[in-house]
Amino acid sequence: MKIHICLTGIKTIILDCNNISQYSVFLINSALMNRRDIMSAVNPDQYSYPSVFIYGHRATGKSHVVLSIMKDLELPHASVDCVECVSSGLLFHQVLSAFFGPDAAALLPRCPSLSDFVRLYKQMSSNSPATQTRYIILDRAERMRDMDFSLLPALLRLQELVNDNVTVILLSEIVWEKFRPNTGCFEPLLFHFPDYSKGKSLVQILSWDHHPSYTPELYASYINILLGVFFSVCRDLRELRHLAVLNFSKFCEPLEKGEAKESDIHKLWKNIEPHLQRAMQTVYLREVSSVQWEQQQMDEKEATTLRVLSAHAHIELPYYSKFLLIAAYLASFNPARTDRRFFLKSHGKIRKTNFLKKHEKTSNHLLGPKPFPLDRLMAIFYSVVDSRVAPTASVFSQISSLVTLQLLSQVGHDDQLDSPKYKCSVSLDFILAISRCVCVCVRLLDLLALSLVIQSQVVRQERSLFTAVSNLHLL
Amino acid sequence: MFNAAEMSEIPLTSSVSKGCFVFKSASKKRKRHVGVEVLPSLHQLNKKVLDSLAEFIKKHGLGCSSDNWRQRARETPTAALMLGVNVPDHAMTFRSLCNLLQDSVTPFVVSVHAKECAAVKLLIQKVLEQLMGRGVSVDEEQEDDTALLQRTQCTISALCQWYKTVTKSLPVVVIFKDFEAFNSQVLQDFILICSRYTQELPFIFIFGIATSPSAIQHRLPHSVSSLLCIEVFHSLSRTQHLASVFDKLILNSQFPFKLSSRVIQVLVGIFLYHDFSVQNFVKGLQFSMLEHFKSQPLSMLCCQKQEALLSAKTLSKKNVERIRHLPSFMRYVETQEPQEQVQLLTNDEHVKVTLLFHNKLHVSCIEKNLWETEEYDSALQLLRILAKDELVAALRKCAEILKSTKILQNVLQQLEDFIGRLEALEGVSSEDSSGNGIISGKMEYQRTDLFQLQKTLLEKESRRTKRMNPYEVLRSQVIEFIDSLVREYLTPAELQPLNEVCYYSSSGVLRQRLNVTPRTSIQAALSHPFYYLQNESLKTDAGTISSAAPDLCIVYKLHLECGRLINLYDWLEAFLTVMSAAEDQDTNSEECGKYDSLKHARFIQAVSEMEFLGFIKSTKQKTDHVARLTWGGC
Repeated sequence: MKIHICLTGIKTIILDCNNISQYSVFLINSALMNRRDIMSAVNPDQYSYPSVFIYGHRATGKSHVVLSIMKDLELPHASVDCVECVSSGLLFHQVLSAFFGPDAAALLPRCPSLSDFVRLYKQMSSNSPATQTRYIILDRAERMRDMDFSLLPALLRLQELVNDNVTVILLSEIVWEKFRPNTGCFEPLLFHFPDYSKGKSLVQILSWDHHPSYTPELYASYINILLGVFFSVCRDLRELRHLAVLNFSKFCEPLEKGEAKESDIHKLWKNIEPHLQRAMQTVYLREVSSVQWEQQQMDEKEATTLRVLSAHAHIELPYYSKFLLIAAYLASFNPARTDRRFFLKSHGKIRKTNFLKKHEKTSNHLLGPKPFPLDRLMAIFYSVVDSRVAPTASVFSQISSLVTLQLLSQVGHDDQLDSPKYKCSVSLDFILAISRCVCVCVRLLDLLALSLVIQSQVVRQERSLFTAVSNLHLL
Repeated sequence: MFNAAEMSEIPLTSSVSKGCFVFKSASKKRKRHVGVEVLPSLHQLNKKVLDSLAEFIKKHGLGCSSDNWRQRARETPTAALMLGVNVPDHAMTFRSLCNLLQDSVTPFVVSVHAKECAAVKLLIQKVLEQLMGRGVSVDEEQEDDTALLQRTQCTISALCQWYKTVTKSLPVVVIFKDFEAFNSQVLQDFILICSRYTQELPFIFIFGIATSPSAIQHRLPHSVSSLLCIEVFHSLSRTQHLASVFDKLILNSQFPFKLSSRVIQVLVGIFLYHDFSVQNFVKGLQFSMLEHFKSQPLSMLCCQKQEALLSAKTLSKKNVERIRHLPSFMRYVETQEPQEQVQLLTNDEHVKVTLLFHNKLHVSCIEKNLWETEEYDSALQLLRILAKDELVAALRKCAEILKSTKILQNVLQQLEDFIGRLEALEGVSSEDSSGNGIISGKMEYQRTDLFQLQKTLLEKESRRTKRMNPYEVLRSQVIEFIDSLVREYLTPAELQPLNEVCYYSSSGVLRQRLNVTPRTSIQAALSHPFYYLQNESLKTDAGTISSAAPDLCIVYKLHLECGRLINLYDWLEAFLTVMSAAEDQDTNSEECGKYDSLKHARFIQAVSEMEFLGFIKSTKQKTDHVARLTWGGC
């Protein structure tokens, strides 16, 4: 049987495939209805296209389709996850050992270069010439960009280099344009895996997991309800599947108790909807672990609200550390010019009208924290703290422990001894919480208020912007 | 902790003067006592959270194969262990956690430190080393295998191969000791890689978090944190921890060594203001003990009662004389009869006898709650507002303590009487409170008129002040009784005779030693070299610069007079002037010129030492100038 498939205008490949029925069964089984295109690039008999680039969002079935085809057709292939390849040597090693066995891979020198790999590959492939195309599948190929810059262009035309029937398949979540090197390179064949549509594929795919003791129709309606809640925030098939499994027992509860029948969809919906909303805020964000979530369902006590992760935002800090952090915050977000006004008792008169320059008015919060030298931090610290503090070693060591806790961050090199610079990396809310429990002296509160009053308006703007951006991201 | 103290002891004991030589063994024993006391107590405190962690790992280690769906989601079980910001204490917690897990759950425990894992490669290497190295040491035959693996690859898949050869389906626990310090990219990659192998390799992560659990969300994006199944475990809060150490060591009558209130203030201050570290607190305690046994020869009497009596009998003449010079003893002598005074001051034997007597008395004083004297006022305030059941409970506790000590029987009697009366009152007071409830219930209905409401409220207020309920009356009686009791028996420790034997009170020394100020000591050394060198010729008045001082000191003092930028030539000139002031006035200019190059060299060396100490640095603004790095310029 011959199938003609048109491929994005590049070329038409005639696929000779004897066991197509087996494929279609497989394809349906693996829930990948519109993924048939990929097969056309997989041509076992002739020299195939040197490189294929497949992209699409997370959990759209890229690796699954490719690997299933490889397994099903029993094609020789090497599958490598680029995250694992901390050096290009590991990649070479995995490829060689998949094609020619571990003995061949052991021949690689200690820190193999690309030419070592090509030489060894040539040598090995001449000993055992390819009867059919060999495939190198590189998952998470976006990591390749951080590796040696010559690696990607070389792999794209590996067929030429090693003179063997080999195809490199790159799988990525990023479009090809972000990969293309400046100097240009061989253009791979591009495939796009589009997102699953809500109506058809997602419901269909998710419905395959249906519970044996309930009818598939019931499960499908459950999936519809679930998608109604989660589809706006999450299209990751894997996540949705996870959530579907987690919440199904709750959905079935009225059925088991005999309070509702399978046909009472509305009743069931009313029961599950608030539960799913809660799940979106907790278990989906991993604020609550899935095990805890299940446990809560089993205990069936709505009153015992689980303590979510972000609820423990409060950090207990030593007394001086709190003041150091407040001082760091003030130093980071106030212009150094204003220190004299804020922290000196006799600062002289500064006219209010042009006290702040125009660019300073724009908001320090939108610009982010600015670096400040250690001297300035200590000067503000001494003026903020209410008692006399000796410059002891432990005060200085607290600064470095704040850096390790990542509440402060050091700018520049770690080994800089002369005049290290820091940035404050905590939020306004955090500082306010700290200063509330530390502030016995009114002056500090005033200070904070003074320096924050300019910023508060901007913070509000910034927050709304932030939520807007995060919403956009979710869509 | 204990090792550090042991090490610090070596130079100390060797430098101890001859008089103290005898007491070395006693001090050693005491100190070991502290180590032995505290270690298990700290272990005990963390035991609860560690046990629940072990339980968590056991559960997930077993449930791994049965939980089919979770494997599909590739979630790695993860425990977020909240430890608080007292980083010095963490090491011990992790050590005991490792031991516990290895003993009871799984031999495959790896703990990694952020410092060693700057890249994923290093992290994986660390994990492999710790896991497979252990395997080799157990089984000789595997050595060839692992050698081969290590030679070829350092990947998790290699670990998978190894895990299959081990054939024990136990989880592999990876402990990230300082989660915050890890590079987030390294963590993300590691979690991604591990999640690929969850089917073959049951990983369990433990994150040691110092700040708050939200640190996880700050470090890891959703795509990675969705691979984890996180549960939070809280360890004991630091203040609770300290309180239990206090109970064990300071408020313990078994333990003759005591701290004066000022010393306690210093130690607690360091704890609260600086580090929250219980371990450092215990170290401070050990240090003060060493210091006490070293500096106070009479500390030989500071031991258990029997030993103290023994050693008191054999006191040498010199030591008896020392006792006579103790301020507290002198105060005691003054309060005695004149004849007794004479005897005390002349007869050694008599002193010894009185000493024995006082030792007993003193020990009995210590047995009571010393801490209360300091916090007495606040405690009374608290008692005044205590609810009834709490008060009864507190009184019961007091009675129990008194029963165990077998002194002050009459006080015990009175206390029990009070408890009885309070309990009898129970019925009455409950009725009373219900009456109050009715009043407030009525008021709810009258809320329509604001003015009237105000009036009734005022009325109610006045009624409350007028009529004290019987419970309140009784409570004030109890408080008065306790107050008188405390005033009678708990006199401040400083007023007790012979308190110097058991109490360590030099808080200044302690502060100087534990809360060091490197900058001020450098400044002291440079501006007053006599302080450290103890050379008579270096004694100078405050403002002047002595030419006899080391070059560095002269250069330092001269630089204090300069602004932010210092002209090197002017500095040199001033240096030469100071140097030449020491020489004879009538030396001619030729000789001066001869020594010039030598002085020049000395000056340059001193300047480079200044740079090394961080007072100045070279600047690009002006080539022949250096910049001051310390304050005080301009």
